[in-house]
Amino acid sequence: MTNVSAIQIDDLTVAYDYKPVLWDIDLSVPEGVLMAIVGPNGAGKSTLIKAILGIIKPIAGTISIYGKSYTDQRKLVAYVPQKGSVDWDFPTTALDVVMMGTYGSLGWIKRPGKNEKKAALEALEKVGMLSFKKRQISQLSGGQQQRVFLARALVQNASIYLMDEPFQGVDATTEIAIINILKELRKAGKTVVVVHHDLQTVPEYFDWVTFLNVKKIATGPVKDIFNDDNLTKTYGINYKVAVNK
Amino acid sequence: MTQPQIEIQLIAMVVAIACAIPGVFLVLRKMALISDAISHSILPGIVIGFFITQDLNSPLLIALAAVTGVITVVLVEWIQKTGLVKEDTAIGLVFPALFSIGVILIAKNANDVHLDVDAVLLGELAFAPFDRLLMSGMDMGPKSLWIMGVILLVSLLLLLLFYKELKVSTFDVGLSAAMGISPMVMHYGLMSVSSVTVVGAFDAVGAILVVALMITPAATAYLLTSNLKKMLLISVGIGIFSAIGGYWLAHLLDASISGSMTTVLAVVFLMVYLFAPGKGLIAVLYRQRQQRTEVSLITFLLHLNNHSEENERHINHLQEHINWQKVRSKTVLNLAERNNMITIDNDVVSLTKKGKDFTDLALEYIITNKDEKIEHMKEDFFLFRG
Repeated sequence: MTNVSAIQIDDLTVAYDYKPVLWDIDLSVPEGVLMAIVGPNGAGKSTLIKAILGIIKPIAGTISIYGKSYTDQRKLVAYVPQKGSVDWDFPTTALDVVMMGTYGSLGWIKRPGKNEKKAALEALEKVGMLSFKKRQISQLSGGQQQRVFLARALVQNASIYLMDEPFQGVDATTEIAIINILKELRKAGKTVVVVHHDLQTVPEYFDWVTFLNVKKIATGPVKDIFNDDNLTKTYGINYKVAVNK
Repeated sequence: MTQPQIEIQLIAMVVAIACAIPGVFLVLRKMALISDAISHSILPGIVIGFFITQDLNSPLLIALAAVTGVITVVLVEWIQKTGLVKEDTAIGLVFPALFSIGVILIAKNANDVHLDVDAVLLGELAFAPFDRLLMSGMDMGPKSLWIMGVILLVSLLLLLLFYKELKVSTFDVGLSAAMGISPMVMHYGLMSVSSVTVVGAFDAVGAILVVALMITPAATAYLLTSNLKKMLLISVGIGIFSAIGGYWLAHLLDASISGSMTTVLAVVFLMVYLFAPGKGLIAVLYRQRQQRTEVSLITFLLHLNNHSEENERHINHLQEHINWQKVRSKTVLNLAERNNMITIDNDVVSLTKKGKDFTDLALEYIITNKDEKIEHMKEDFFLFRG
């Protein structure tokens, strides 16, 4: 474990219409971890991700990416939104969606060119979707759409990956494909933070976990803190999960 | 063609193109109704601008009216944000209120000028050539052609510059914001362009029909392509067609030009809605029918796969056994034979190697729902296209 914090969050409070959804969160995400954020519906998991990305403005607190504000470090961070947050009937192809991942580094007005296309094709290949590059996105299955989203994040070539439920509504093959890519990213020294729903797979997929329910319940290595006590505190009901040590 | 005829068609074309471009993004952002709201609520802006400038074509009037358009959007969003009413209700609350202020202002103050409620609602292209742009005594052509021309050029320029930003902020607001391409800036940029376009087009086609010029070409193009660039081009093409077709229809019927343009648009949309390949109504019905046949085909192949005894595979038996009518059995048999999936020998049906492989793959897909292995089958069969 290194000493650098990829993401450092201090005293973060986010509210919608003055109702706090995240309350006084302190969280430090060490560099190079594969972290799951778990918690019940409405716990503020997506909100936390969006606050880190500056999409939602917090009413209090600070967030820093490698010691600087997100605006300064934008290009270090890639984002995979929830699959359901976009309209898949949008008139575009898989390749074009992946190309969108390059728009951030291009900045305003500049158009993507050959290099961007090459990077997008490589990313599509990595997620096993190269043969679908010209497919209209509504003609893709749920799992394929999720892979396209992942490819779009890969093309951003970031240091930190924030993903909102990348396993939602995907088949088992895709789930394995995705987790393998996430593990590869970690091996390459990247930091990956994933909003995750399936508690059973946490010990198998992730090495760090954060329990969240409006307040932060606990954060740390899975082997130390993924236990019934924290689960019960987070979900409010007596939780029994078979944790294979 | 006389010169005014050519000029009217030119104006109609420029108006139609200028409307079609922001229209594409309004449709994709599911904001079609906002164009309706803007086109009505700019009225007070136009009236007040007219009082100040005494000129319906003054740039100041256009700017003032466009500001009213953006205010409409802000008001709608503000009311909606309170959470007390939904978006469509908020739109329904805001624009009639602003429009009615405009109507009262006209009735109280502008009775004696060329600004009446009829013109506001329907516009009148036929009069457009009479208002000329004079520069040091030289006739430069109709004023409204110049105004719409400038508006069109500016929005084309903006589209070329910010195409990528418009696309990503329309498709994925979250990613766009995270990348620093502010969806807010793009949103209000689009709203401003839409407002200016509506104000410019207002004089020619009126508050109600301008909505058709913005929304119909985009909605039609949406059914014809799944590529954003092509959608923009097709929308523009449909706009041009409606302008010229509408003019000559009006000429033929001796009717309102803007009304005829809109009628042409509606007919084009209806045709595309019915006959578009892929997304059109008839294509959809055809696909559903084919899918039914294909389900039957698989059922049939499965039956053949399960039974090696000859009496189970006799054509007559199949009809009785699977309980299909003759026509259906024939369709299915033909489809299977055409694809070399079966051979018929002495009225006994047998699966070929291809038929066997196909059945196995289809079965596996139905059980596991994994579609990697059946990609090649999607080309030939609707059933697997999801």
